[in-house]
Amino acid sequence: MQSTGTNTIDAGEIAKFEAMAAEWWDENGKFKPLHMLNPCRLDYITQQIAGEFGRDLTRDKPFEGLRILDIGCGGGLLCEPMARLGATVVGADAAERNIPVAQVHAEQSGLEIDYRHTTAEALVDDGEHFDVVLNMEVVEHVADPQGYTDACAALLKPGGLMVCSTINRNPKSYLMAIIGAEHVMRWLPKGTHEWQKFITPDELYGLIEKAGLRPVDRMGFVFNPITWSWSLSPRDLSVNYVTASVKPE
Amino acid sequence: MDNGQGRPHNICMTFDSDILIVGGGLNGPALALALSQAGLSSTIIDAQPLPTVLEPEFDGRAYAVALGSKRLLQGLGIWDAVEGHTQPILDIVVSDGREGEGASPLYVHFDHREIEEGPFGALLEDRYLRAALLGAVAAEERITHLTEQTVVAQAAKPGGVDVTLADGSVLTGRLLVGCDGRRSGVAERAGIRRVGWDYGQTSLVCAVDHALPHNGIAHQMFLPAGPLAILPLTGNRCSIVWTETTQNAAEIMARDDAGYMAALRPRFGDFLGDIALAGGRYAYPLNLTLAQRFTGARLALVGDAAHGIHPIAGQGLNLGLRDVAALAEVLADAKRRGEDIGTKGVLDRYQSWRGFDTSVLAAATDGINHLFSNDNPLLRMVRDIGLGAVNATPALRRSFMREAAGITGDVPRLMQGKPL
Repeated sequence: MQSTGTNTIDAGEIAKFEAMAAEWWDENGKFKPLHMLNPCRLDYITQQIAGEFGRDLTRDKPFEGLRILDIGCGGGLLCEPMARLGATVVGADAAERNIPVAQVHAEQSGLEIDYRHTTAEALVDDGEHFDVVLNMEVVEHVADPQGYTDACAALLKPGGLMVCSTINRNPKSYLMAIIGAEHVMRWLPKGTHEWQKFITPDELYGLIEKAGLRPVDRMGFVFNPITWSWSLSPRDLSVNYVTASVKPE
Repeated sequence: MDNGQGRPHNICMTFDSDILIVGGGLNGPALALALSQAGLSSTIIDAQPLPTVLEPEFDGRAYAVALGSKRLLQGLGIWDAVEGHTQPILDIVVSDGREGEGASPLYVHFDHREIEEGPFGALLEDRYLRAALLGAVAAEERITHLTEQTVVAQAAKPGGVDVTLADGSVLTGRLLVGCDGRRSGVAERAGIRRVGWDYGQTSLVCAVDHALPHNGIAHQMFLPAGPLAILPLTGNRCSIVWTETTQNAAEIMARDDAGYMAALRPRFGDFLGDIALAGGRYAYPLNLTLAQRFTGARLALVGDAAHGIHPIAGQGLNLGLRDVAALAEVLADAKRRGEDIGTKGVLDRYQSWRGFDTSVLAAATDGINHLFSNDNPLLRMVRDIGLGAVNATPALRRSFMREAAGITGDVPRLMQGKPL
């Protein structure tokens, strides 16, 4: 597994990709909301993986030996932490231009990550299997949520873990995620989200169960405007939330 | 295209250590030891040579190690090596005095039995603390200790930071930490400005042998020229921190030892019997210097590099170790999440934790000193009544004691006696 993509890219292109990588990873830039949410997402993901696979997060490289797929990897905001924790990581993105951008940044960070321009469905056709599938903020963007969730489930080994986050569908989430984040704060480009595609926790559990997985946990991501930071809440799943589910052995 | 052409050299970079620490005093080694517990590697870049003798003579320098700092040193595994050399502070007596008149009858008496946490802390000589820290550093494989090396340049880049040494070699880490004192070169090279005040006062520091036992009691006397702290060392010895106007201090320092002691005796009083100088004498001009930011691009400042503080309450070492514990905790948590430890998001957590904390203490110590170094009779009366009121109010007294012991506020895990 190695990042071979840069071999086929010319020098002028690399400068462009470096600039785009800098943009993805600029904590005050275009992807600021993701950077703000990231520590909270990582807390949830690392604790779920550690719990499911009996790993001790205080050890060095606790995820060694685990094969992790991040779907919709973007610039690699989740892939790099997983690689740093010792996992073997595949990052998949349907947007082709994200791949060299993520590769350039991983190399700057001294990390080896296998980034691929592909989809969950195509990975199933390739016969790929993973211990963990990270499916974060993707399901509300796809055309066929059930087909997509089925593909994610098929990519898991028996006993494997899927972590899936999305946005709830209710008047508050419309206000927060679309009016607030896209129009008032301009954290996200207008049109990033379509409210009709948001998914309630019960609907998501339905998709997951129908795909043959067993939901084991769910938690809200709650933004506190006083401390200007995100935290996990077991009760408040009204806007952003995350679930963990396991593929039966 | 050929893989090697047109590629910046920083692609596929390797790291000498996770963290590059400039400064090999007390905070630098303590930070490196704490980080190694979290599985992070460090290189300490120390301008000084290694000490040539293992058991140096007492040079008169000692620290009041607060309870929180003691817990940190226990957590780092070096307390056992120094405990036999410590003198616990059992009581603290604060009084207002005028030369020749002795202590004011109204004073505050802090007795450690009033708080369940035990003694406030302990006096520990510099030579033992330094030797224990350096011994632990030498035994830790995750730490590289470079001595007699100075930094001439530093540059943050994507994914890391380069530091160039005077001999031309370049080290690469993920984060650069300045533990290089109040004239921090790390801060200066990063363009971090400092704000500060000069007090026109100088602290004279020495140790004395005395005839009568001190019974573990520390004294803080507020004299017109400035405070005098008498801190109990092991045996019949005390460490003295004695503050005078800079002009007086220069005159006293210029004297021979006998002349110096002739100036100290009337201020000290005779409650411990005859006193004699033990070890060297030191003078530290009192100024407050605060870095405007404690962090920069892949950079953090610790201890005096972030905040050189008026040492009136003996908090310099303790504040520095609190930075160490806080930064180590922030970085350990980031590592366990898989985050890049040198990014702004991670360093902002350290800035917001320590930036506020130190400016509060700087303002408080500054205010106390102005109040207590004034000989105006009215102010003196207010002080006496104020001290009497503190003494008469157990809750107030206990909260002062906990603050002095360094166990209030948002305390880092290592200072609560918990694992990192």
